[in-house]
Parts: sequence; structure tokens; C-alpha cells
Amino acid sequence: MSGSYYVPATSKWPVLGSLAIGVMMVGIGMVLVYDRGSLIMVAGLVAVVAVMALWFRDVVRESRSGLYDSQMDRSFRWGMGWFIFSEVMFFAAFFGALFYIRTFAIPWLGGEGEKGISALLWPEFTAHWPLLNPPDPSVSGPAQVFSPWHLPLVNTLILISSSITLTVAHEALRAGYRRTCRNWLAGTVLLGLCFIVIQGVEYYEAYAHYGITLDAGIYGATFFILTGFHGLHVIVGTIILAVMLVRIIRDHFTREEHFGFEASCWYWHFVDVVWIGLFLFVYVF
Amino acid sequence: MAPKVPPQPSLEQSSTATAAGHGLAHAAPPKGILRWLLTTNHKEIGSLYLIFSLIMFFIGGIFALVVRAELYQPGMQLIQPEFFNQMTTMHGLIMVFAAVMPAFTGLANWMIPLQIGAPDMALPRLNNFSFWLLPVAFILLLSTLFMPGGGPNFGWTFYAPLSTTYAPPSTTIFILSLHIAGISSILGAINIIATILNMRAPGMRMMDMPLFVWTWLITSFLLIAVMPVLAGVITMMLMDINFGTSFFDAAGGGDPVLFQHLFWFFGHPEVYIMILPAFGIVSAIIPTFARKPLFGYASMVYATASIAILSFLVWAHHMFVVGLPLAATLFFMYTTMLIAVPTGVKVFNWITTLFRGSISFEPPMLFALAFVVLFTIGGFSGLMLAIAPADFQYHDTYFVVAHFHYVLVPGAVFAIMAGVYYWLPKWTGHYPHERLAQWHFWLSVIGVNLTFFPMHFSGLAGMPRRIPDYALQFADFNLVSSLGAFLFGFSQLLFVAVVILCVRGGRKAPAQAWDYAEDLEWTVPSPAPLHTFETPPTYQRPAH
Repeated sequence: MSGSYYVPATSKWPVLGSLAIGVMMVGIGMVLVYDRGSLIMVAGLVAVVAVMALWFRDVVRESRSGLYDSQMDRSFRWGMGWFIFSEVMFFAAFFGALFYIRTFAIPWLGGEGEKGISALLWPEFTAHWPLLNPPDPSVSGPAQVFSPWHLPLVNTLILISSSITLTVAHEALRAGYRRTCRNWLAGTVLLGLCFIVIQGVEYYEAYAHYGITLDAGIYGATFFILTGFHGLHVIVGTIILAVMLVRIIRDHFTREEHFGFEASCWYWHFVDVVWIGLFLFVYVF
Repeated sequence: MAPKVPPQPSLEQSSTATAAGHGLAHAAPPKGILRWLLTTNHKEIGSLYLIFSLIMFFIGGIFALVVRAELYQPGMQLIQPEFFNQMTTMHGLIMVFAAVMPAFTGLANWMIPLQIGAPDMALPRLNNFSFWLLPVAFILLLSTLFMPGGGPNFGWTFYAPLSTTYAPPSTTIFILSLHIAGISSILGAINIIATILNMRAPGMRMMDMPLFVWTWLITSFLLIAVMPVLAGVITMMLMDINFGTSFFDAAGGGDPVLFQHLFWFFGHPEVYIMILPAFGIVSAIIPTFARKPLFGYASMVYATASIAILSFLVWAHHMFVVGLPLAATLFFMYTTMLIAVPTGVKVFNWITTLFRGSISFEPPMLFALAFVVLFTIGGFSGLMLAIAPADFQYHDTYFVVAHFHYVLVPGAVFAIMAGVYYWLPKWTGHYPHERLAQWHFWLSVIGVNLTFFPMHFSGLAGMPRRIPDYALQFADFNLVSSLGAFLFGFSQLLFVAVVILCVRGGRKAPAQAWDYAEDLEWTVPSPAPLHTFETPPTYQRPAH
């Protein structure tokens, strides 16, 4: 191996980013605990987004000016790969909670098994899923749950198609057809937006007509934490793909070097896979 | 003092910053505080981590001394029970998340690039970000002590519903601060993995890496796997507290035991996160001062990996009394006992390395030897706790406190101090003050055993943990523990003195500060210049 390593110059974004996260967390804490300080929270959030944008802008500029070598590229690849693994484990915690509740906690509350002693708390409770009637009458469960074969199925088809259109865009980029890439990527962003809108409609339905709310017992809790965090990831993913669209239009990528684009694809496919798990275990089964 | 000349890994190219003409001009670093705020240099960030963790070690230590002062004699003397609970909780949280973990990350920052011949961490700006998140997180956490209702008071394990339904209002702030600390750990771990996998000197295979690098590679994997689970479980707490969800509330169909499963799925790998890098440090120090190559290098690597894999399969041994099905109890009992096998491999390898070595007893070696003996005691009490029927008796007594303090204080903390004494010559260019360091060691080792050994007895006799008062028959044991704790706590001031003296001056250290030390860090000058290995060195395997 010849040449020297690339060691990036100092940057003010990391430390400003820490500060911004601190301000944002103080704001969130104040809003939640004292019911004031929403201005601090919003300011913190804006600062976090601004720092991210400016930090990424610097990285894009350095990459465009040819400062990065193949070793830097590998570091980015390892970094993104392990970041996605950490995201997988984040969702694994929520899926694990859902499986534990459905397989153990609810049947035990219903009197099943050697640990059925917890059934003594609410003798009238019968185990069922989706949990429409929580053990304690003070908690009102959902009135009904969504049929998986309406909006959730549409959203599944949308996300799976978006993974396909994104792959077409990626292949087009690799083959050197920038306009084709641009069109298919724009289609992907559009599908992402459709998903977000439909998920918004479903949330409205959940609160307005289905009685699926955050405080509707464990069904509402698991439903919203899984679909909510997934929805946030779709929003972030759509923003990332939109940025990639701008970068494609500005001709930032070559056939060989486009890791920013590729990392966005990894992220999008990951979000897609999580949804398939969601569709199966939150909606269908 | 050194009877033989050790085989050296050699570098084809000198590695100082002055290796001219490779075209990497370094802008002069910013002056004053900005230099530390903006730095992307692994050595400076490593120092920041170490200084931060030392400060937090003393803050967490003061909390512990408040606890021990109250427990000095039976009855309520000094503080209110509510404050006692905050002190036990904050002591645990600060020591785990703000003292031990950042100390190991600091050592990783300093030493991993030097040990693998890399110019810096793979992602230097992310490195700066990871560090500066920590002060933000822990200022936020410490501020909860001044909030109405006080700080977290439910133990460092923050079991629901103590931490949800019955928690003080500041719990939300505690959750947010832990989120920041978690982001810091995950990003730090990603950086370390990328560094180890991608930045090794040409010619250095995975199985050539020093064990500190290996143990940190595996630790990083554990961090990336379990810190997100912690983030998940505290998010569920946040929802239960603020948005009316029922994750940990059986009335709505949730389950408080679910909290414990999720927490310990994070928590058990977490304790290995705090001990695996310690194994790496000890595996570097013992061969150096026994003047023999490490016995069983490959088996050390495999043992570390086995411990890491097993750590995902043992979590419910913390929950034997919560009412697990019999099959689960048996499964977790046997997997837990299985961990003794790879751990035993490590202990026997260290002992075999010592066997017929020409051993000398410099401060790093003293701490490493104390580690082997005292960590093994902690391992044995862990084996006792792993036996489910016995655990029914020991659970939530001082026996548990004795067990985990033996693995964490003379285990993790002694290894950190051993590492600091071992690498101080490389960092500062001076040897640490020998006599002061010896005093520090002996006072620490006496203090730690006075503090924690009696807890085995009071625990077996049934003294419950986390209670500010106790029955008269436990008075003598507690008196000894409290005296030991103050002795241990105040002897750490000697450690600070040694470090400060060593930074300011002392006997000059050459590049090869310890005669038999083998790894690449000893090929760069002492003190290590700000920039090292800017052009990739070529690694050559030692002959043996």
C-alpha cells in the first residue's frame, strides 16, 4: 500500500451537534415534566437538523473534491453497516416485547400455565389477541382493529414496489443512465411520500373510529411504538432519498463512486424489511 | 531487570510525525479551549475520555461514601431514606455509564490506533461527537438531583413500576440523558469496529492483533447489539410515564416482568462490556512483566468470543425469584454456569503465562495480578449465584453486592488502573512515581477487600441490599465495610497525584518503556507525538 492516510480536519459540527442534542433534550424534558419550554425543544430540534445538514454538506464537499480514498470509503461502509445493525436491534426490542406479551404475558394473565397465579388479579379476564378487553376495566381497549387487507396491504405493496424502483434506479446509475436513475429515484421518493400519507390516514382512523390509542392497553402501546418508530424511519429515509435525488440531478455521482446513494439504498431496504415484519406480526397474525 | 531481549515486531518505516514528505500538512491546532472542543485526534479524545471518567469516578465515589457513611452503624443517622435511595441509584448509574465505560473507551481511543499501526480512528469527527455527548448526558443526569422530588431513586436497574408508576418527575430527564449516553456509546463502538476492521497496518492479520484490540472488537459488537435495546426499553418507560401506554402495567395487559427481560437482555452483555477490555489489558501486562509470551493467544480470542455469545443467553439469571417457568430457570442456570468455562480458560492462560516467568512487580503488574486473584473470587461468587435454588437465598442480599463489586472494582477498575500505569510512560514520556504508585496499590487492595469481603458474610446472613438501616447483628461487618470504603476512596487521591506528577515530570521513559512489551505502541517515541503512523507501516510478525 502506498501513499498516506486521509485524516479529516477538525470540524465544529460534532461539538455543536452535542450541544444541540442537549438543548433539544432539555426542551423535551421541560415539556414533558413541566409542560412548558416548547420553544427550547423546537429550537433544539432545528439546531440538530441544521447541524446534521451542515455536517453532511461538508462531507459531500470533501468527497466531491476528491479527498477521500478507498480506505475512507471502506470506513463509511463499515460505519453504515453497523449503524443499520444497531437499528435492527432497536426494532428487535419492540418486536421482542410484542412476542413476549402475546406468547407469555397475556396467556398467563388469563390463567394459563404454572405461572397462572397472576390470573388471580383479574379472575374475569380471558386471554385473547388482539387485546380488545384489557384485564382492568379502568383501561378501555380498542373498539376494533384494522383489517390487514385494506390500508396496510396497500402500504405493503407501496413499500415493496419502492424497494424495486430504488433498485432499478441504482442499477441505472451503475450503468451510467443518469436520467433513468433520476426518474426511478423520483418515483421511489413519491412512493415513500404515499406511504407516509396513508400511514397518517390510518393513524387518524385509529383515533377517530377504531379506538386504537396510546392508552388503549397493550395493543395500542405495541401498535403505536412499532408503527410509530417505523413511520419515523420512513420519513427520515424519504428525506435521505430526496437529498440523493438532488445530488443525482446535480451530477454528484459516478458509475463507480456513489456510496452516499448506496448507503441510502441499504437504509431504505432495511426500513422495508422492518415493515414486512410489522405487516405480518402487527396486522396479519 | 530484564534477563532476555524479547523478539520485537518491527516496522519498516519509522513512524514519527516528522516522517517528512508525504504531503499531509497539519494545520496548527486551534488554541485554548477550542482545541479540545474541536479535536479529532484520537490521543486528545482519549485523554478527554480518561479525564472525564476520572472526574465521574470521584463523583460516583462520593455518592458511595455517602451510602457507606449512613451504613456505618445501624439506625438512621445522616440522611433521609429517600436521599439514600438516590445515592445508591446515582452511584451505580455514574460508575457504570460515566466512569467505567468511558475509561475503557478512552483507553481504546489512545491505544487501538497505536496498537494496529493506524494514524487515527476511522471516523475522527464521529469520535469527537461521541465524546462531547457524554458531558451533556451526565450534566443532565446529575441535574436531576436538584429537581423537585429528587433524582432517580429506584436503583441503577430502574425496574418498572418503581421507575414508572412510583417514580419521581425527574425520571423523564434521566431517560433522556441515558438516551444521549447510549447514542455516544453506539457511535463510539461503530468507530472502534471500523477502525479495527479497516485500519490495521498492512500485513497485520486479525490473529496478529493484540488482545486489547480483540477484546475491544468484541466489546464493540456487544455495545452495538445491546445499547439499542436499552434505548428501546427506556423509550417504553418514557411512553408509560408520559403517554399513558401499558407496556409495564398488567392492568392494560402489559407486564412489569417484560421490563426486566428487556433490561437484562441489555444488562448482562453490558457487564461483559465492562470486563472484556479489562481482559485485554491484563493479557498485555502479564506477559510483559513475566517476560514470557502470552500462553494460549488463540484460545484467549476464542474464549472472549464465547463469553460474548453466551452473554446473550443468560440474562434471566438476574430474575430467578421473579417467577420464571421451571424450564426457563433451568435453561438460564445452565447457560450461566457454562460461562465459567471460557472464563476459566482465560484465568488458566494468565497463570500459565506466569508459570516459570521472570516476574517483576512494577505497579501495572501489581494491579494485573490483583485483578487475576480478586476477579476470580468475583467469578466464583457469580457461579454460586448462578445456581438457581441457592440464588433464592442470596437474591437481593449483600452477597450480590459483594459479587458484582469484586468483578467491577478489583476487576474492571483495577484493570483500568493497571492500563493507565502501563501506558502512562507512552502518554507522558515519564514513568509514574514508583513509591507513590506502590502505596496507591497496597492501600487500594486493602481498602477494596475490607469493603467488599465482609459483604459476603452479611449477605449470606440475610442482610438485604439497598436498605438504609439494618438489624444489629450486621453492625460489625458494616463497620468494617464503611472503614474500608473510606480507605479505598481516599487512596484514589494518590492515583490522581501519581498521574499529575507523571504528566509534569519524572524519570524519562524510552520508546520501549517496558523491556519485554511487544506491541506496536512501543515502537513510537515516548511521549507519543500528536500524529503517528501517518503513512501505513508494514507489520512484521514476531518470530516466536
